[in-house]
Amino acid sequence: MKIKIKKDDLLDIYTIMTRIRKFEEKAADFYKKALIKGSLHLYIGEEAIAATVCKLLNKDDYISSTHRGHGHIIAKGAKPDKAFAELLGKQTGYCKGRGGSMHISDLDTGILGANGIVGGGIPTAVGAGLSSKILSNKKVSVVFFGDGAANQGTFHESINLAALWQLPVIFVCENNHFGMTVPITESTREEDIYLRARGYGLPGYKIDGNDVIAIYKIASTAIENARNGKGPSLLECKTYRWSGHWEGDSCFYREEAELEKWVKKCPIKRLEKILAGEYGISKTELERIGLMIDAEINQAADFALKSPYPDPKDLLEDIFYNSNKH
Amino acid sequence: MAREILGKDAINEALREEMIRDETVIILGEDVTQLGSPFGTCKGLYLEFKNRVLNTPISESAIIGTALGAAMTGLRPIAEIMYADFLGCAMDQIINQVAKTRYMFGGKAKVPMVIKTQQGGYVQNAAQHSQSLEALFMHIPGLKIVIPSNPYDAKGLIKTAIRDDNPVMFFDHKFFYNMKGEVPEEEYLIPFGEASIKKEGSDITVIAISHMVNFAIEAGSKLEMENISIEIIDPRTLVPLDLKTIIDSVKKTGRAVIVHEANLTCGAGAEIDALISKEAFDYLDAPVERVGAKPVPIPFSEVLENAALPQVEDIVNIVKKVLARNKR
Repeated sequence: MKIKIKKDDLLDIYTIMTRIRKFEEKAADFYKKALIKGSLHLYIGEEAIAATVCKLLNKDDYISSTHRGHGHIIAKGAKPDKAFAELLGKQTGYCKGRGGSMHISDLDTGILGANGIVGGGIPTAVGAGLSSKILSNKKVSVVFFGDGAANQGTFHESINLAALWQLPVIFVCENNHFGMTVPITESTREEDIYLRARGYGLPGYKIDGNDVIAIYKIASTAIENARNGKGPSLLECKTYRWSGHWEGDSCFYREEAELEKWVKKCPIKRLEKILAGEYGISKTELERIGLMIDAEINQAADFALKSPYPDPKDLLEDIFYNSNKH
Repeated sequence: MAREILGKDAINEALREEMIRDETVIILGEDVTQLGSPFGTCKGLYLEFKNRVLNTPISESAIIGTALGAAMTGLRPIAEIMYADFLGCAMDQIINQVAKTRYMFGGKAKVPMVIKTQQGGYVQNAAQHSQSLEALFMHIPGLKIVIPSNPYDAKGLIKTAIRDDNPVMFFDHKFFYNMKGEVPEEEYLIPFGEASIKKEGSDITVIAISHMVNFAIEAGSKLEMENISIEIIDPRTLVPLDLKTIIDSVKKTGRAVIVHEANLTCGAGAEIDALISKEAFDYLDAPVERVGAKPVPIPFSEVLENAALPQVEDIVNIVKKVLARNKR
């Protein structure tokens, strides 16, 4: 299928990818300075997937995300200032400091939550798809998950159910080749996750996850199909995380040369080439976007740093929704 | 006007009434359409509410997780889990997802869903179809725990559960599905956190959970013949727990026994015992005693099952034991 992607759309995707990259770099910096505590899982190297898929969604469509979720939520429309504030455990964060990096969520932009349990958020997206079908509101729901999650029971139960009921759910597997420190070759005999779609009766696609154009073409079809009642799809995006599983990971389990190979396939640089070539975008314009994002990220970081911590007196609030009327 | 109907029919009525009242209420679970669930609680609903009563594959994690996603996005799902034992297949979805979603997301998510199941033994269903598991979930903040003992309470409580904007775990007991009870024709709801005094008495407080309320009533009749007057309290909901009614009663009688069918070890009774000891210590004339299942997988053979699970006689005996202890 020949789709010519609009210049503005591609520039938007580029801007989002840049925002994610710079957000993650700043988050890593915060972590090094011990301003972010706990675990931090970065999305650097995988930006094309979240940016492209979410660009194709409406604001009121849903996504469900993972422990490596900053990229997904920013792509879906969460703001870096409140996201940083959450990472820093501040009251102004998306979850008032109760969630942190692994549980960041913004229901106003359709984010049903990052998730600290591998594969834990997959059925949530199916539920959103069920709502869409029953309420006939044409909303689409996307679930991002890794190759590791593809071996969880929730993946199999969910994809089977979504296919059975023909729900508007897109299963986006970000195959970054590692489940924590274990390479995919040691966790499954068949490395191509997309092949599993056949077993559940839905279309499956293998995509270069660092290629915006390739993702755009397939994701746009999958999303359109879902929106029009034609059921779910499984998109496997082959990619690589440049960082370790977590910040502080020694990465003993991989060769430096392997990382270098993937750094050369940087999704942002690849898109820059396309924008400069096919679309005639000047270097200056791309630099302008970079500077704009730098300013935005710095401002957002500043907001988070200056924000207050939550008051422990509110500790027990919001466990339950309190409504007196039925 | 009160009529006498079966527990399963009382629940069926409640589900039907709530599905008529609110079209965002859906039921999803195994064998809920034509079979109407193995115990008949969903009987006929799929004919009346097309596309809102959904048979699922045998995928408990997906049932609970799908209900969660649906609850967050505009529906009010009832996730039916055929036996409480099968909750084991969906533990991550219950304890890490459903229970935590609202708090973890800063209080922004509303999760109006019911995980409806049934439990209990005495019918030779053996180790994986007979457990009483409510205490596992009391331990997890973010879940309301409802555990009725009879058709009347079950109907009023399930209606409240469906209208609640939080995750509610609803534990029926298979015994009361085929037990007749008075259920008014008029609509009624029973609020959470209100215990029910099933029998007034003066010598000792018996706090009984689920089917053990029925056992306690039987024990009470036997004890009455020996001029022992027990007060029976059915908490009906364990989260929230109506501690006040329990404490008021213990202050009156000075003695307490807690009875549940679940394993005694770390059962709900342990928590209630601790709360009584803290709140009514000065009023107690004897240590609080508990009756529960022996710490063993529920065996199949009837003689063994009866030895593992509490019996009416156990309640009678423990009440006498507690009463026999003199004030110091």
